[in-house]
Amino acid sequence: MADLPHDTDPQLPPAEVADVMPPHAHSWWSHYVFSQDAKYIAIQYSGTAIAIGLVGLVLSWLMRLQLGFPGIFDFITPDAYYQFITMHGMIMVVYLLTAVFLGGFGNYLIPLMVGARDMVFPFVNMLSFWIYLLAVLVLVASFFAPGGPTGAGWTLYPPQAILSGTPGGAQSGIILMLVSLILFIIGFTMGGLNYVVTVLQARTRGMTMMRLPLTVWGIFTATVMALLAFPALLVAAIMMLFDRLLGTSFFMPALVELGETLSYGGGSPIAFQHLFWFFGHPEVYIVALPAFGIVSDLLAVHARKNVFGYRMMVWAIVGIGALSFIVWAHHMYVSGMHPYFGFFFATTTLIIAVPTAIKVYNWVLTLWKGDIHLTLPMLFALGFIVTFVNGGLTGLFLGNVVVDVPLSDTMFVVAHFHMVMGVAPIMVILGAIYHWYPLMTGRMLNQAMGHFHFWITFIGAYAIFFPMHYVGLVGVPRRYYEIGEPAFMTTPVEGLNAFITVAALTVGAAQMVFLFNLYWSSRHGRVAGSNPWKATTLEWLTPVVPPEHGNWGDDLPLVYRWAYDYSLPGAPEDYIVQTDPGPKAPTAGPL
Amino acid sequence: MQEAPLKPPSNPPTPGLQGFVEDWSSDQRAFKKVSWGKAMMWIFLLSDTFVFGCFLVAYMIARSSTVTEWPNASEVFALHIGGVELPLILIAIMTFVLITSSGTMAMAVNCAYSRARKPTALLMLLTAALGAGFVGMQVFEWSKLIHEGVRPWGNPFGAEQFGASFFMITGFHGTHVSIGVIFLLIVARKVWKGEFDRDERTWMCSGKGDYEAVEIMGLYWHFVDLVWVFIFAFFYLW
Repeated sequence: MADLPHDTDPQLPPAEVADVMPPHAHSWWSHYVFSQDAKYIAIQYSGTAIAIGLVGLVLSWLMRLQLGFPGIFDFITPDAYYQFITMHGMIMVVYLLTAVFLGGFGNYLIPLMVGARDMVFPFVNMLSFWIYLLAVLVLVASFFAPGGPTGAGWTLYPPQAILSGTPGGAQSGIILMLVSLILFIIGFTMGGLNYVVTVLQARTRGMTMMRLPLTVWGIFTATVMALLAFPALLVAAIMMLFDRLLGTSFFMPALVELGETLSYGGGSPIAFQHLFWFFGHPEVYIVALPAFGIVSDLLAVHARKNVFGYRMMVWAIVGIGALSFIVWAHHMYVSGMHPYFGFFFATTTLIIAVPTAIKVYNWVLTLWKGDIHLTLPMLFALGFIVTFVNGGLTGLFLGNVVVDVPLSDTMFVVAHFHMVMGVAPIMVILGAIYHWYPLMTGRMLNQAMGHFHFWITFIGAYAIFFPMHYVGLVGVPRRYYEIGEPAFMTTPVEGLNAFITVAALTVGAAQMVFLFNLYWSSRHGRVAGSNPWKATTLEWLTPVVPPEHGNWGDDLPLVYRWAYDYSLPGAPEDYIVQTDPGPKAPTAGPL
Repeated sequence: MQEAPLKPPSNPPTPGLQGFVEDWSSDQRAFKKVSWGKAMMWIFLLSDTFVFGCFLVAYMIARSSTVTEWPNASEVFALHIGGVELPLILIAIMTFVLITSSGTMAMAVNCAYSRARKPTALLMLLTAALGAGFVGMQVFEWSKLIHEGVRPWGNPFGAEQFGASFFMITGFHGTHVSIGVIFLLIVARKVWKGEFDRDERTWMCSGKGDYEAVEIMGLYWHFVDLVWVFIFAFFYLW
């Protein structure tokens, strides 16, 4: 920390905002349950998300059991299978990934990394979690509702989503799903406003935007995108709820169901698809950008090297965020679209690969000649890079209209998006937990269990999704309960399907080892001390580890340099923390 | 957590693009002199713009995709007054009332800048009264249409998406106005009781002893008013 008296440091601009402690908890309840401390809220968010994520994991097992060994498990009826698919997708994308990255890591890391004492409005932040919990409970309730949860597929396309042929369509499943989504969006907005304002307006002295760790940039940009993309889902959910409950026909054309003409008429199902994907495509990057940011920091810390091209990395994040709003219809090539629109959306989709590729090159160049420590976070970060490159390349296939049309709605698509926004972000989440667990608990996670977990997860994920590309290429459609032996498929895939299922069960089981590790290490793990990874960023520099209420003790930290002063020539150690006023180091300049 | 203003920045802000770049390159705050509450309201309004934008776009898609003829808004929203059929008369009055309320809100904010306690509170009350009047007229309009047989699932005038879009969009906007009226009353009461003149922390009052809550309330109110202009243009005039 600076030796200079706190408020007279000539190197830094004067404080613009008075330093006031966030409200203290007065009772056990307000300390541990209705906590307004972002760090507790982060753990509550992550815990809830992981719990519902386990439900999603079990659903994927059941799905795979049916696909791998069709006809053996009697309780997996076609209806149940569709319900498993739908809930697995929705849980994983919205309630797990979005909640963990923004509600979990966002809450924990943003105030610490920007040098704030808490989020700007802790009470609103607390409400955010409780509404999220309510959304999860409503979602879970749909499993116990008459008719079960909705089986409309996670995209909830009308008209089938609210018709009686779809599980939960004529009962309460779809209603609970839509209500849960609306609640999730309300809760997220409360948290998201907090994250954005905290990054913009509550940084400590010396912390410019271009000194922020890329983790903060990723979460910040993703949050801004979420605040602009979730409205489309909100509107779509409200309209579909009206179609289902009030009998409006926003998305419902005139149709005949079981020989009976329904009272709907004149609506546009495509309108729902546009609204859904105007949310849905940014959502991919809402999950990916925090992963991009976090993995950049993991690579820099564990390769003891500055992030290659920091400024380009920031602009790539912002550019990807902006571009992701004009690519949504590439999910709809087979829905019926003017060919010129297809051309436009294919072009924007391929353009977005440019900033993404810049990021991948920069990660690799960060590793180049780095002092690579093959720690667990580094292993997961490397796992992320290769998985993401794989998933990204198949994305280029699917972005082209003519290639997409035959591949659309096959298992190839399933393999693609699981690689790029399933496995890859989960790799980062796991790596990030191994990285920041010592900060949250003061203890290291067990190495042996961690290595076991990594290798099973990494190799297993490839065992699941690599063959799945092939299964899709030979023509197996996605979302089919049972494919049988259709005439158009010349290659049998039963063996591969069984293999994928076994791999999926194994990878899922390995996650139990990880959860046990989380519990075991919090009691028996090696005591980490402060800054065990010798990182430069502020979150490791709190006076007490794990950080306490208010984060910083009496004085806020003062920031003199960017987040990536690793292995500087001539420096006594291979890292210089951001609060070190020492000799002027190379920093990123204005914007 | 709360924030309190320190001494004002010694250097006047640089104008233009240069100043923009300087602010965003600086530490602590990207928007200089903008408090957390105000920044949060602006960002919320940006998000809410997308909500209303999506509603209006969805309405336009519904209107262009339906095969039945769209009812003529001028005729549906006409009132029979004194033997004359006046098209859109009620909507015109509603629009006038809401825009007037924006004017009184702006005057309230102006009084708040000079910390004039009573005029601020009274002007906010007037704004709330105009807002409540707007909602009241909307209730009248809804009841009239419901009486005439307009339902979300159909209406006697034409395309059934007409009723659905009408109830959904004006309902969503009316909810915004109603929430605004409630908060206007809360803030007006706080102003009247002098809570913004004292340096103490109460609910929605950060303890800085200034009237900023009035200004933030004003941002929301003007936004709701602006949204109405678009609804008026796209739903009633089109």
